[in-house]
Amino acid sequence: MSALADLLARTRAENRPALVGYLPAGFPDKQTAIDAMVAMVEGGVDIVEVGLPYSDPVMDGLTIQRAADAALAGGTKVADVLDTVEAVAATGAPTLIMTYWNPVERVGVEDFASRLAAAGGAGLITPDLIPDEAEEWVSASDAHGLDRVFLVAPSSTDERLAMTAQASSGFLYATSVMGVTGTRSATSNAAPTLVSRVRAVSDIPVGVGLGVSNGDQAAEVGEFADLVIVGSALVARLLGAGSDTAKGVADVRRLAEDLRAGVERARTADRPLDKGALA
Amino acid sequence: MTSTSASADPRPSSLPDEHGHFGRFGGRFMPEALIAPLDELERAWREAVVDPTFTAELDRMLREYANVPSPLYEATRLSERAGARFLLKREDLNHTGAHKVRNVLGQALLTKRMGKHRVIAETGAGQHGVATATACAYLDLECVVYMGEVDTQRQALNVARMQMLGATVIPVTTGSRTLKDAINEALRDWVSTVDDTHYLLGTAAGAHPFPEIVRDLTRGIGDEARAQSLELTGALPDAAAACVGGGSNAIGLFAGFLHDDAVRLYGFEAGGDGFETGRHAATITAGDVGVLHGTRSYLLQDEDGQTIESHSISAGLDYPGVGPEHAYLAETGRASYEPVTDDEAMAAFDLLCKTEGIIPAIESAHALAGALRLAPRLAEELGRPATILVNLSGRGDKDVHTAAEYFGLLDKDDA
Repeated sequence: MSALADLLARTRAENRPALVGYLPAGFPDKQTAIDAMVAMVEGGVDIVEVGLPYSDPVMDGLTIQRAADAALAGGTKVADVLDTVEAVAATGAPTLIMTYWNPVERVGVEDFASRLAAAGGAGLITPDLIPDEAEEWVSASDAHGLDRVFLVAPSSTDERLAMTAQASSGFLYATSVMGVTGTRSATSNAAPTLVSRVRAVSDIPVGVGLGVSNGDQAAEVGEFADLVIVGSALVARLLGAGSDTAKGVADVRRLAEDLRAGVERARTADRPLDKGALA
Repeated sequence: MTSTSASADPRPSSLPDEHGHFGRFGGRFMPEALIAPLDELERAWREAVVDPTFTAELDRMLREYANVPSPLYEATRLSERAGARFLLKREDLNHTGAHKVRNVLGQALLTKRMGKHRVIAETGAGQHGVATATACAYLDLECVVYMGEVDTQRQALNVARMQMLGATVIPVTTGSRTLKDAINEALRDWVSTVDDTHYLLGTAAGAHPFPEIVRDLTRGIGDEARAQSLELTGALPDAAAACVGGGSNAIGLFAGFLHDDAVRLYGFEAGGDGFETGRHAATITAGDVGVLHGTRSYLLQDEDGQTIESHSISAGLDYPGVGPEHAYLAETGRASYEPVTDDEAMAAFDLLCKTEGIIPAIESAHALAGALRLAPRLAEELGRPATILVNLSGRGDKDVHTAAEYFGLLDKDDA
């Protein structure tokens, strides 16, 4: 069983959702990004998504684009992303790379998989790779014991939900709204519908992302999702702190604590019956 | 080659396959959220092309509104200078001044058929944006055009044109602020608006089924030119040449001749300042296989797979990717692709102006320059002067300022 599967079995036994935090490698610089990811884990994040900054991130909203642009302008390379994975995985938290497909294909799918495994990485989340095009990645991930996290969306047909769940390992990433990444004041009610549609065809854990920005929303989403995925809100803390990187890291830690408290109370009776966060 | 029938080749293109692949190229590298809409688009397109109501309406629009079919013109003075018989497919005479009107009218009509009322598009220099805004005005569709902020400043007149036609132009301020970023932003719009919005992609690239749709909508260029060539000269040309950026005019031309093995197909890419300078847009010549904007093809990228900015005097060829069918035709050897530098293109531009009284788009001047280079090679190979068909994909009105600057015709204060 992979480290990721282990963890998800544990959180499932504890009847709480797992908390996933995303930050791009190399932003605002390589070391601060690593510090922020470690702080995120110390604050309560269970699983880390390390973003591989890419020149053409079509699934990302402005917040993540700005951070990725800055990371690339700062000279972040694939090798730096793998170093980051190694440093974060050393905390014991399962660490995946979130990457658009071309950088993997450019490095070489087999080579990338081998280097990721050597760095202690758990797998890849691939926002623009669908299982239909993933033959090479399926073989390489099998060979290196890496998890494959594909995405599903409210527009996915039942056939595609089943096929994509079948092709995935670790968990399945459900994009809860039709749109790009970014915090929203209200998460979408399409999310519970999508999760229950997945549950009808598969027992793979389902993560819900796109739009969660605070503990209350995390609690709300954690009621029905196996993993609560938070990205832009964390990135915004680093962007907001500007050159004060110590403050950025501290803000990330504080948000992680708030989110963790949210997932802890997600399925307890004393959770305030405040449906406002999802309204 | 077993047939020399005078009619257009009746065999349908066998590619892409059912997964949208041209050999190892093409496919769909897209967010899952867009897969169902792409499937819907594919279904709608397959139904439309066999529906006589749709095809008759599109034919009528092209004929009455867009001035299609465009003439095939024998450029005799140019031919005397070039050592080959030059036939020019006059797409520059179409409404909006380029071949692109074929694609936008077809996709806009398809948008209506799908019951959608909003169209989004990307544009580099503004030509596809203007064509899309035109089709949307004509068919009463809401139109939003994404354009890199750098390009809105370089091409302010085209921004005004789009606005006159009723379109909203949104400057894109992320990434390199040029065409590729405009495509990214249009995709981001589409993923959240796909229920009522069609993304009217401007070239034969992107995820399946776009390369197929754009090819099928532009293949009139090749089909017409084939019949016109037979009528005018009694034979097929020895070679057919087009410029290649994303590759829509070239794939439209080539589609008419794919099964005519005796007709050599040439695509001329933007060589910019010269291949060796690294400042160019010669994607097939200099690029590597990779994935960009939803398709696997050749692209300009660094060792980490990050897209590299392209450079060309011609905004319409200034794109770091290329359509997947061109990648396939290059790899199989059916078509040859060569770079043409800015200077070569501008020399051909000048020659066509002076010998024929035609001011071509700088994009089309690349095709002409490549064909001029080809003429002696073909003559030697054939033992006689060759007949070369060149797709004059667009007219040069939009390029007058760029050309005037290049040739030093402006006062320093104007430039």
